[in-house]
Amino acid sequence: MTAPTASSSLSAPRPAGPWRRAGRRLARDRAAMVALAVLLAVTAACLLAPVYARDVAHTDPFTSNVAGSVTIDGRSVDIMQPNDNPLHLGLSPIGPTWHASADLLGADSQGRDLAARLLYGGRTSLLISFCAAALCIVLAAIVGIVAGYAGGIVDAVLSRIMDIMWAVPVYLFAISLSIVTVSQGLKLGPVAIASDNLLIPICIIALVYVPYAARPVRGRVMSLRRAEFVTAARALGVPGYRIVLRDILPNVTGTLVVLAPLMMALAMMAESALSFLSIGVQAPGASWGTIIEDGEGLIYTRPMVAIAPGLAIVIVVLALNVLGDGMRDALDVRDSGRERA
Amino acid sequence: MRGVAARLLGVLPVLLLGMAGGAAHGMDDGALMAAHRGGTLRLTAASSGGSVDPQIAYEQQNLQIGAPVYDGLMAFPKSGRGDAVRPVPDLADGMPEIRDGGRTYVFRLRQGIRFSDGHVLGVEDVVATMRRIFRVNSPAAGPYFSNLVGAAPCLAGQGRCDLSNGVVTDAAAGTVTFHLARPDTDFLYKLAFPQAAIVPAGTPDHDTGNVAPPGTGPYRITFYDPDRVMRLERNPYFRVWDGLAQPDGFPDRIVYSFGLDEEAEVTAVENGQYDWMLDMPPRDRLGELGDRYVPRVHLSDMLVVWYMEMNVRLAPFDVPEVRRALNDAVDRHAMVLHEGGPALAYPACDMIPRGIPSHDPECAYGRGASVAHPAPSWQGVDMARARALVAASGTAGQDVTIVTMNTSMGRVLGQAVRETLAELGYHAIVRPITPVVEFSYLQNTSNAVQIGFTGWQADYPAPGAFLHTLFACDSFHPSSDNSLNMSGFCDPAIDRLMDDAAAAQQGDPVRADAMWQQADAAIMAQAPVVPLVQTRRLDLVSARVGHVLSSAYYMVLLAQLWVH
Repeated sequence: MTAPTASSSLSAPRPAGPWRRAGRRLARDRAAMVALAVLLAVTAACLLAPVYARDVAHTDPFTSNVAGSVTIDGRSVDIMQPNDNPLHLGLSPIGPTWHASADLLGADSQGRDLAARLLYGGRTSLLISFCAAALCIVLAAIVGIVAGYAGGIVDAVLSRIMDIMWAVPVYLFAISLSIVTVSQGLKLGPVAIASDNLLIPICIIALVYVPYAARPVRGRVMSLRRAEFVTAARALGVPGYRIVLRDILPNVTGTLVVLAPLMMALAMMAESALSFLSIGVQAPGASWGTIIEDGEGLIYTRPMVAIAPGLAIVIVVLALNVLGDGMRDALDVRDSGRERA
Repeated sequence: MRGVAARLLGVLPVLLLGMAGGAAHGMDDGALMAAHRGGTLRLTAASSGGSVDPQIAYEQQNLQIGAPVYDGLMAFPKSGRGDAVRPVPDLADGMPEIRDGGRTYVFRLRQGIRFSDGHVLGVEDVVATMRRIFRVNSPAAGPYFSNLVGAAPCLAGQGRCDLSNGVVTDAAAGTVTFHLARPDTDFLYKLAFPQAAIVPAGTPDHDTGNVAPPGTGPYRITFYDPDRVMRLERNPYFRVWDGLAQPDGFPDRIVYSFGLDEEAEVTAVENGQYDWMLDMPPRDRLGELGDRYVPRVHLSDMLVVWYMEMNVRLAPFDVPEVRRALNDAVDRHAMVLHEGGPALAYPACDMIPRGIPSHDPECAYGRGASVAHPAPSWQGVDMARARALVAASGTAGQDVTIVTMNTSMGRVLGQAVRETLAELGYHAIVRPITPVVEFSYLQNTSNAVQIGFTGWQADYPAPGAFLHTLFACDSFHPSSDNSLNMSGFCDPAIDRLMDDAAAAQQGDPVRADAMWQQADAAIMAQAPVVPLVQTRRLDLVSARVGHVLSSAYYMVLLAQLWVH
């Protein structure tokens, strides 16, 4: 009796784990897969920015080039072109040439190749939004788990701090912090961070969004704290930190993973807003926000300078949101025990 | 550069037509006034210029609108005719008698002039105004009138401030005598500065803020809400006494509205909702203005130089070769392009701007030029010589922080200089700070600024107001926010040359101009600054406006605009 039972047990297919099931469900979500493909394509293109600038466009996208020229179809063309009017009033940077080697999308107000800056700017924007989202999720997990599991005075204090931060409009909060740090840098004891260091916008954006991510985590932990398996672990004398690491954290990971793309989308918009206001990424660095700022002054004559990075932000944020929705559907803890029909 | 010159020549006829206005029709002032007097002139600006108290107002905006409201003993011509940067008698009945080797100035006051409240102008108003300049702590008090005998207690704010020995009046003779502690050849310029406008004795000894004291000009400010609007109406007591110093105004009323941004201002003036805008149109509207509104666009030079000051007491700019290298390497042509092109900016090679008689267009730096043999104008960068100078200095690789104002212009030009310094081998970064603070910040040696971007528009258009103010040894005050000699430059020989030029100014202006040019060249030979550009002003008016006259000092003469 024993052998056949053991044999049948070994031959039965092992049930897929929750992550595997979530992966399968995500893979079946066409919209999420398209969004993921778009994100991968944009990321790959941005990672190749140096190759494009050096080998294709032959330009330095961080050096102004107002007195320079490009060659199009064998003709040398000034990058800054005088307007054709009787008073010769104003200059406009060259518009899109649709030649990859000669200002494909045109030039910005300082004569720099817009396409190359767009790719370099994308690297910065993606890096900041990814790191800010990751840092925010980590901080939110710590705050949410500690508050939700400890309860009592600890929860009260942490929750009120989150309430206070939530009460301040997020952009206003970020702008206030950025204005201070962008003028003086950041000094924390022996650690000094220069005002143009990307760590500054990363930390600021991560910090201002912590309440948004910590609240759902805290709520989830509070419900888990009353779950039978946690009560059982407590009754068996398992230390609190082990319960948190072994029982609570794995059960909130799904929530955190679902939050990640949404936080990244929020972080990207916040970074763009700060950089647009000159208090995010500092010159000569570029991000999509700084390029939009450059383009604001050219909106009547060279709208591409503002439109191109704006479109890039729209595409990436939309893709992140669609992917986030797909991950939420795939990882939804309420569905964790059953397959979708 | 020939192409640039040709383009500017192309602009010239348009400018001349616009500036000549009705005078081109051969009509005299009376006929012009009869034909075009009346109507309401509508002006717009993004914001107001603060206090309208003439002893306090310092913003160009309020100096401009105050020009047809107030008069001083002297004035810069407000008629659009004559030499706009040489002071002429205004309330004074002729040029003063100068005695005691330039220490005493005797003015005779014009008779029968009334303020807009009907009060007759008298010598007591002049002395009261001079006292008031000190009592309200006018920005002009220390820099311009500390040389008056008896000014010390006034400046200290202690004891009596009656200036009884510094400004002596004789009511019967109608004279006012100024006694100076030292000769001051710029004294007439200082009296023409708008903050020396005469107001009635009895005007409160505090900033009157939104309430304008009575003046003697053709208009009076009847209402001022700095958030909304300023209204001017005719001064019923005004009679023309000198058409050059203070001509009559054309419109009956002037309404100055505040609150639109620059984009909206352009559209409003294009559509005829306003007749003139104070602010410069945004760059991306310039093409549209040049295409469609040529007769309504007026360009004029501004007496402002934008430059990088280099601290000659801090590395690496304590080495003259480094300062010369940067002058050779900075591309002024690119700077002009950054500022909107040759129609709106000139490359600057020295610190006396075009429009001041001592201006010299020669360039001691860049391609084909040297201090000994300057080029006739900017010819391009000489990067090879710049690199050689840096190599000789042994300073390559040092850190340099460029302080600039956090404005579009400041950031762009700051970055351009950063790139140049990087090309020369320095590790340069740009530190933008708010423009409200930057000008004082650069001046204070405690901030240890190595190099900073700034601009200088002198309060009065004399060469000394540029060179002496910015480079004389006595303009350098360590650890002070009020040290306009930001480079910390001091050369006693050049100081003597400037003193001699100032001394020659009243007796032999042509020789004085030549001496100022020598002083300018001597300063630039040591290169404490990198002059970048001199910007020009663009004025856009509505279709119903004519007779657009500009003064290098007051910009567009608002009271001279007529409205159809």
